[in-house]
Amino acid sequence: MHFKRRITDRVNNIWMVATLAIVLFLPLIMGIALYAKSIPIFDAQSLPSLLGSSNWSPNDGKFGFWPFIFSSIYVTVLSFIFSAPLCLFAAIYLTQFATRRLVHFMHPVIDILAGIPSVIYGMWGILVIVPFVGDVLAPVFGVKTSGYSILAGGIVLAVMCIPYMLNMLLESFNAVPTGLKEAALSLGATRWETVKHVILRKSFPGIISSFGLGLAKAFGETLAVMMVVGNMVQISGNPFKAGYPLPALIANNYGEMMSIPLYDSALMFAALILLVVILAINLIFRYFIYKTQKA
Amino acid sequence: MNTQIMDIQTQYLQSLQIKKQPAILQIKNLNVYAEKQHILKNINLNIPKNKVTVLLGPSGCGKTTLLKSLNKLTDLYRELRVSGQIFIEGDDILNTQKNVALIRQKMGLLSQKPFPLPVSIYKNVAYGIHLKGVKNKDLIDYNVEKKLREVGLWDEVKDRLHKSADSLSIGQQQRLCLARGLAVKPRIILADEPTSALDPVSSKIIENLFRELKKHYTIILVTHILRQAQRLADNVVFMHYGEIIEQGTPEQLFKNPQSPQLREYLVEGN
Repeated sequence: MHFKRRITDRVNNIWMVATLAIVLFLPLIMGIALYAKSIPIFDAQSLPSLLGSSNWSPNDGKFGFWPFIFSSIYVTVLSFIFSAPLCLFAAIYLTQFATRRLVHFMHPVIDILAGIPSVIYGMWGILVIVPFVGDVLAPVFGVKTSGYSILAGGIVLAVMCIPYMLNMLLESFNAVPTGLKEAALSLGATRWETVKHVILRKSFPGIISSFGLGLAKAFGETLAVMMVVGNMVQISGNPFKAGYPLPALIANNYGEMMSIPLYDSALMFAALILLVVILAINLIFRYFIYKTQKA
Repeated sequence: MNTQIMDIQTQYLQSLQIKKQPAILQIKNLNVYAEKQHILKNINLNIPKNKVTVLLGPSGCGKTTLLKSLNKLTDLYRELRVSGQIFIEGDDILNTQKNVALIRQKMGLLSQKPFPLPVSIYKNVAYGIHLKGVKNKDLIDYNVEKKLREVGLWDEVKDRLHKSADSLSIGQQQRLCLARGLAVKPRIILADEPTSALDPVSSKIIENLFRELKKHYTIILVTHILRQAQRLADNVVFMHYGEIIEQGTPEQLFKNPQSPQLREYLVEGN
């Protein structure tokens, strides 16, 4: 009996470690596979010219990824600017000031937002946001645009990121012990001073990591952005112009990548850039959290 | 006719008692509900000035809720409904139009577990002084040192004032929280089982501090430790299921308990 229990224990240990190993090595295997597939393009073109050149003509064998990287960064930053302050203040209000009834009402709303498939966000973008940008916002700024633009992409992306960021912010604000708030109030702080001096400070690592998660999600989001962003290879600081983010490039051209030499390798390289950037965002934010927690 | 005289008599006697011990805090008809639960049932209580009043009773009897009602921390608990009046120096903190934050500064809070603010040791003590509007750095420095000395922490932390308060031991953190509370110059110290998370040595230090502090402050101490109540109390208020059952000096209550609840508690509690 004793022997059997020991064996069971050992076996269970082994399979748990094995499943953990799969999870652990999955990103590594993906990275290696993408790298292996992108080797042909490295042979044809140098890394600086791949990343920095804006000459994109696959038929001539010219692959400059800069317009796509630029679009990706632009859309991500815009969506972050729209969603981060909104989520921060909404989370503060919900955790510190709102009535219990409102909190109970909001939780399912946030979950529903998180559960909506991205194609629906894309449709909503086409039906509402694109006309809004083209017919309402653009005339205000004196710009002519179809509405399919970096700005529309940023807005749709911001809405998509809200539930993720908001949920994490709510979690980190709720984790602040009530005793700490009591301490600040009893010292004579107002509710807002308590938020500013104690709650924001205490949950700073949580705020940073939710922002990081939001950024990573925005950078990788494909379908909804692709539907509203215009998909034109160009570099322009004007948010009313169309752009072409990396994920859209991969998704739009995946079907025909075999028809042009090196094209498949180029798309694999685009995927590798995405993976590396999202990995880097995660690592940078983790390092930041580690530093602030130590301080 | 007869009852009228009785009423006048009792009113007279009550006012005499209040005069005998000038009250700093008066609680009138305080009721607290949580959802369908009635946590505090019609509490009427006067807290005498510069005395230690101990709130005693089994857990869940409403002691902590009563303590938190006193400086309106019940605001933080959305499920609580509070009615009644609590007068501190003439202001009804529950219904006042004045700035509650300022009234709260008349009371320093010490909770069961220390909750240092997520800043340095120095800033923990300086925070309340800042909130009072003091800008002069020398004055703040002076007060921070003075309050840290009052709780006997100065020598232990003077070389690391700007380190995070989390680096202190639990006992030190609790004394820091006390110093922080004293720095806003309160009249009253609200202490909610302040030694329950501490080791015996740290508990002893806190208790000794309280013995010193009661010369200058009114202390309201929640505890379920009978010996602590005996050692520190001038007045004991015994609570049971949200009601005040008995109150009086420790001698009266512990030697000669009137109610069956207190008698049972004294037997079980020891």
